[in-house]
Amino acid sequence: MVEGDHSFGTVSDKIGDLSLKRRTPFHWYIGFAISFIVAQLLLFSVVVLLARGIGIWGNNQPVGWAFDIINFVWWIGIGHAGTLISAILLLLNQKWRTSINRFAEAMTLFAVACAAMFPLLHTGRPWLAAYWLFPYPNTMGIWPQFRSPLIWDVFAVSTYATISLLFWYVGLIPDFATLRDRAKNKFFKAVYGLLSWGWRGSARHWHRYEIAYLLLAGLSTPLVLSVHSIVSFDFAVSQIPGWHATIFPPYFVAGAIFAGFAMVLILVIPLRILYNMKDFITDTHLSYMGKVMLATGLIVVYGYAMEAYFAWYSASQYEWFMMKNRIWEGPYWWSYWLLILCNGMSIQLLWFKKFRESAFWLFMISLVVSVGMWLERFVIIVTSLNRDFLPSSWAMYSPTVFDWSMFVGTIGFFFTLLYLFIRFVPIISIFEVRTLLPEANVHGHHQDFEENVVVVEETYDRTDPPNSDGGK
Amino acid sequence: MQKKLYGLMAEFDTATDLVDAANRVREAGYTKTDAFSPFPLHEIDEALGIKRSILPLLVFFGGLGGLLLGIGMQVFVHYIDYPLNVGGRPFLSWPAFVPASYELTILLAGFTAVFGMLFLNGLPRPYHPVFNVPRFALASREKFFLLVEAADAKYDYEETKAFLGELKPQEVFDVEE
Repeated sequence: MVEGDHSFGTVSDKIGDLSLKRRTPFHWYIGFAISFIVAQLLLFSVVVLLARGIGIWGNNQPVGWAFDIINFVWWIGIGHAGTLISAILLLLNQKWRTSINRFAEAMTLFAVACAAMFPLLHTGRPWLAAYWLFPYPNTMGIWPQFRSPLIWDVFAVSTYATISLLFWYVGLIPDFATLRDRAKNKFFKAVYGLLSWGWRGSARHWHRYEIAYLLLAGLSTPLVLSVHSIVSFDFAVSQIPGWHATIFPPYFVAGAIFAGFAMVLILVIPLRILYNMKDFITDTHLSYMGKVMLATGLIVVYGYAMEAYFAWYSASQYEWFMMKNRIWEGPYWWSYWLLILCNGMSIQLLWFKKFRESAFWLFMISLVVSVGMWLERFVIIVTSLNRDFLPSSWAMYSPTVFDWSMFVGTIGFFFTLLYLFIRFVPIISIFEVRTLLPEANVHGHHQDFEENVVVVEETYDRTDPPNSDGGK
Repeated sequence: MQKKLYGLMAEFDTATDLVDAANRVREAGYTKTDAFSPFPLHEIDEALGIKRSILPLLVFFGGLGGLLLGIGMQVFVHYIDYPLNVGGRPFLSWPAFVPASYELTILLAGFTAVFGMLFLNGLPRPYHPVFNVPRFALASREKFFLLVEAADAKYDYEETKAFLGELKPQEVFDVEE
C-alpha cells in the first residue's frame, strides 16, 4: 500500500512538511484565489437573499422545493464517501483506506457545511430557524413537530456533522503532535501544541485512543446509513408520486456513496500529482475507488429501474402518469435521459481494466457522475412536482441567476476550505501510514486496528516447514 | 545539587526492541512504567501489563443516556407539554420518535467516546516531564521510548539505570521533573 523506499521518518517528513517546511507552491495561491473569489458569489447571494427574501429564487408552487433541496442532497451525499472510507472500510479492515481517509473526512466536513446552508437559508429567516429546528423551551411555548421528516433531518444532519468533526479531529491529534515536535517556528509550534492537546504517544493513551477510534467508527457506520435514509424520508414519507417509494433509503445511500467516491477521485487525482503523493495514493487506490463507483453505480441504476417498475406495478394512475411524464411525455424528459447517460452509461466503462486503471478516465468519469448525481436529484424533485395531482396547478420551473450563483458559490466555498486544509493540516494520516510499513511489525505481527489473533496464528502455521509434524 | 528526577527513559530504534525491553522491565517487577511510540502497538499492552480500558462501558452508558433523552424529550413535547391532534393520530406515536432518538444515541455515545478517551488519558496536558528530554521529540516521529518512573517502589537510580542499560537501548536519559 505504500510504494517507494520509506521509513517512519521519511513518511512523517514527506506528509508533515507540506504543512510545515516546504514553500507554499504557486499553484496553491492560484487555486485558493480562484476558489475564494467564487466563494464571494455565495456571500453576495446570501446578502441579496436576506435583503429581498426567497422570492429571488425560481421555486414557486407547485415546485416549492428546487435548488435548495437538490443542492442539499447533492452536497450531503458527497460527504458520505468520507465517512464510508473512514469508518466502514476501517471496520472491514481495508488497509487501502489509510492514505485517503483524512482527505475524505475533510471533504465530508466541508460538504456538510455547504449542504446545511441550503435548508437553513431556504427558511428565508435563518435567525428564527433556531426555534423552528431545535427543541428548546421558548417564551412562545411551542415545539418542533417530531413527527415530521424535516425535523428528523435536523437531528440526522447535525449529529452527522458533529460526529464527523470529532472523528476527523481525533484522527488528527497524533499528527498534530508530530507537527508540534517538528515545527521550528514558535507560533506554529504553539498552535499545533494546543491542537494536539499535549499528546505524547504513551502506550496507555494509544490503548484508549484505539478503543475510542474503533467505537467512533462503529458509531459512524449506522449513522452514515441513517443520515441518507432520513434525507430520503423527506421525500418518501410524503405522498407525492415519484417520491413515495420504499426503495428510496437504500437507493439514496448507494447514490450518496457513488457521488462521494466520484468527488474523492476528482480531488485526489490532481492532488497526488501536484503534491507528489503517488507513493501513498497509489494506482491501486484509484482502481479500488473505481470498483466501488461501479458497484454503487449499478445499485443506483437498479433503483431507477425499480422506480419505473413500481410506478407501473402500483396500477395507480398518478404514479404511472408521473413516470411517463418524467421519462417521455413531460417537458423535462431530457433531464432524465441525461441522467441515464451520466450515471448509467458512463460507469459501464469501469468494467474494463483499461479505464479503471487510467487516472485520466477515472477523472473524466467522476466528473460526469457528479453531474449525473446532481441531475438525479433534479429529476426526482422537479419532475415529480411540476405536474402534480391537479392539472390546473401545473407549472414549469426554471432556476434564476441567484439559484445558480448560490450553488456555484458553495462550490467556491468548498474549495476554499479544502485549500486551507491542504495548506495547514496533514492531508494523509501520518501515524496510520506508519503502521503500514513493514518495520511497524513487532516480531512479524501486523499492527492492525483489529488485529485478529486467530488470523495471526494461522499465518504462523503456514510459515512452518511443510514436513514438520509436531516433532515426531 | 541535582534536580529532582521524574524517572529514567530508554530510547529504542525499533518496535520489537521496545516490546522486548518492556517485557523484561515488567518481569523485573517494575509497575510504574510507560512506553511511547509513534503509532499504536498492540504487543505493548501485554508487555507493560496495561488493563483493558473501561471506555467501552462509558460509551454504552453515554449511548443509553442519549436514547433515553431522545425518547423522554419527544414524549414530553408531544404527550405531556403540548399534545397536538394531527389528523386524529395518537399522541404517543412512538415510531415517529425513532429517528431523533437514534441520532441522539449516536451523538451522545460519540461524545462519550472522544471526551471520555481524553479525560481518562488526562489530556489536555500541554506540559509533561517527558518533554524535558530533547530527543523525546522523536517519539512522535520514528523512535520508541520506555520510561520507569521514580515513584516506582523498585526504583533506585543507579540500579535501574544499569538495568535499563542491559536492555540494549540506544541511550538512557534522566527525565527531570
